[in-house]
Amino acid sequence: MNKTYVVENEREVIVNMGPQHPSTHGVLRFVVKLDGEKIVESDPDVGYLHRGFEKFAENMTYQQFMPFTDRLDYLASMNNNFAYAMAVEKLLGISSQIPKRAEYIRVIMAELGRIASHLVWLATHALDIGAMTVFLYCFREREYILDMYEMACGNRLTYNYIRIGGVARDLPDGFLDKLKEFVKLFPSKVKEYHTLLSKNRIWLKRTKGIGYISKQDAINWGIAGPCTRGSGIDWDLRRDMPYSVYPELDFEIPVYHNCDVYDRYLVRMDEMIQSNRILEQCIEKIPDGPVMMKDSPYVWDPKEDIMKKNYALMKHFVKVVQGIKAPPGETYFGAENPKGELGFYIYSNGEGVPYRMKIRSPSFINLSAMPVMLKGHYIADIISVIGSLDFVFGECDR
Amino acid sequence: MLFKDLRKGLSVTLKYLFTHAVTCQYPTQRLNVPERGRWLHALNLHEESQKIKCIDCGLCEEVCPSKCIEIIPTENEDHTKSPAIYNIDLGRCCFCGLCVEVCPELAISMSDKYELAGYDREKFVFTKEDLIKVGIEYNNKLQKKEGAL
Repeated sequence: MNKTYVVENEREVIVNMGPQHPSTHGVLRFVVKLDGEKIVESDPDVGYLHRGFEKFAENMTYQQFMPFTDRLDYLASMNNNFAYAMAVEKLLGISSQIPKRAEYIRVIMAELGRIASHLVWLATHALDIGAMTVFLYCFREREYILDMYEMACGNRLTYNYIRIGGVARDLPDGFLDKLKEFVKLFPSKVKEYHTLLSKNRIWLKRTKGIGYISKQDAINWGIAGPCTRGSGIDWDLRRDMPYSVYPELDFEIPVYHNCDVYDRYLVRMDEMIQSNRILEQCIEKIPDGPVMMKDSPYVWDPKEDIMKKNYALMKHFVKVVQGIKAPPGETYFGAENPKGELGFYIYSNGEGVPYRMKIRSPSFINLSAMPVMLKGHYIADIISVIGSLDFVFGECDR
Repeated sequence: MLFKDLRKGLSVTLKYLFTHAVTCQYPTQRLNVPERGRWLHALNLHEESQKIKCIDCGLCEEVCPSKCIEIIPTENEDHTKSPAIYNIDLGRCCFCGLCVEVCPELAISMSDKYELAGYDREKFVFTKEDLIKVGIEYNNKLQKKEGAL
C-alpha cells in the first residue's frame, strides 16, 4: 500500500481517484499510473473507514459483539450475524444443538440477505455504468425485503436478530405469507433486469473482456464468492463445507468461465434465482418448535423464566455481566456471504470475552486483487471492475 | 440496430408507466410501523401504583454495546430501589435492543416514535422524565389498539 510511483516518461501521469468519488462505494482511494488512458499500475489505498472492530471484540462479551457484526457488511447484516453466531457456536461446541426451526429461520434470513445485497450490487453497478432504470427497480424489490426484515426484527438495516443458540424471536404472523408472495414474484423481476441489461450492447461493451483474472490468479489471490465462480472455480462453502441446514436443501452453484466483469454479473444474477429456490424450499420445510436453545449455560434464558424463577434470574445476571465462559481454545468458521467467504477466527482463553478475534473479510481480499484485473485496461474500466467486485467498506476496513 | 435495444428497454419501462406508484410521499403520507419496531426507548410504570418499574439492577447499562445508558440509583422509603437519574444518550445509541432483551422487569421497552432528528446535541440525552412520558403515551396507544380489536 502507498507505493510511490515514479513517472518514467512524459506520456505517463499519476492520478488519484477518490477517496470521495461517487462510484467507489464508500471511501476507496485509488492511485493509478496512466500511460495516456491505459492503466500501467494501480494501487488501492484502504483504511478510511477503520473503526477497530477486532479490538472492540476483545473488550466485549460474545453476545454484546453481535450488533457490531451488523456494521461489517451493512448491506447483508443478517449474513454477518449468522456467520458470527455460527463461529461462536462452533467454539462452544453447540452447533448440533440448535433447534431446527431456528436453523431454518436463519437460512431464510441469510438468503433474503443475499438477494438484498445482490440487488444493491446490481443497482449501483448498473448506475455506475450508466443504466439508471435498473437502479430504481432493484431498490423497489429490496424495499420489499427490508419490510419483511422490519416485521421480524424491528430494524431496516442493522438487524441484530440472530443470537448465539438460535434467533431472538420467532417469526411474526404473516411473515411466511409475505415471503411466499415475494418468492413467487421475484423471478419475473430478475427476468426484467435481464431484459434491460444482459443483451444490451452498451452493457456488453462496458463489461465483456474487462477486468480479466485467470483461474490460477483468482486462487492465488484468495478471492472468494461470486468473483471466483466467475473465473471458473466451482467453490461454494454452502456446498463444499456445509453448515446449518444447507445439506438438506437443493440448489445449484452457477459457474462461468470467461473470468471477466460480465461473467461475474451473470453469476450473481443466477445466484439470486438459486437463493429464491432455497427460500421456496425453506417455506415448505420449516418445522414448528422452539427458536432458541434451552437450559444451556451459553444462552440467555427466556424472559418468563427470568421473571418467575429466582435461580434463573441469578444465572441471567452472571451471563450478562460476566459473559458466557467459552472453553479455552481457538476456532475458525467461514460462511458463504454475498461478497465471499466471511470468516471469524476466535481465540478464547476461557474468559467471558475473546482473547483475540480476527475477521476475514471478503471485500478486503477481493479488493487486493484489483491491480491484477486492471492492468492494461482503460481508466474508465476502473468503474466497472469496482462494480463487479462488489465490496463494502464497512467490511473491508472493519 | 440501435432502436432494437431501445425498444427492448422501453417494453419493460413503459409497462410501469400505467401502474401505481410504489413510493410513499413521506411527510403527508405515512406507512404503518411494525409492532416490533425498535425506535425511541420508553420506561414503563406499574399499572396500579404508577411507580417506575425499574429496580436499578444495571443490566441494561452493563450490556449496552455503545455505553449510552447512565443510571444513578436511589433508595425509596420502603427500601426498594429506583433510579434517581436514568439518561439515554441517543447520540450514541445504536438501537440494537439488547437493553430491552436483558431487562428482568419489563421496565424498558421500545416505542414507535421514530422521528428523532434535532438541532441540539444536548437534546439527544433523554432523561427519566422524558422516557416515562414516552412510555405513558406508547402504552395508552397500545391499550387503545387492543381495545379496538
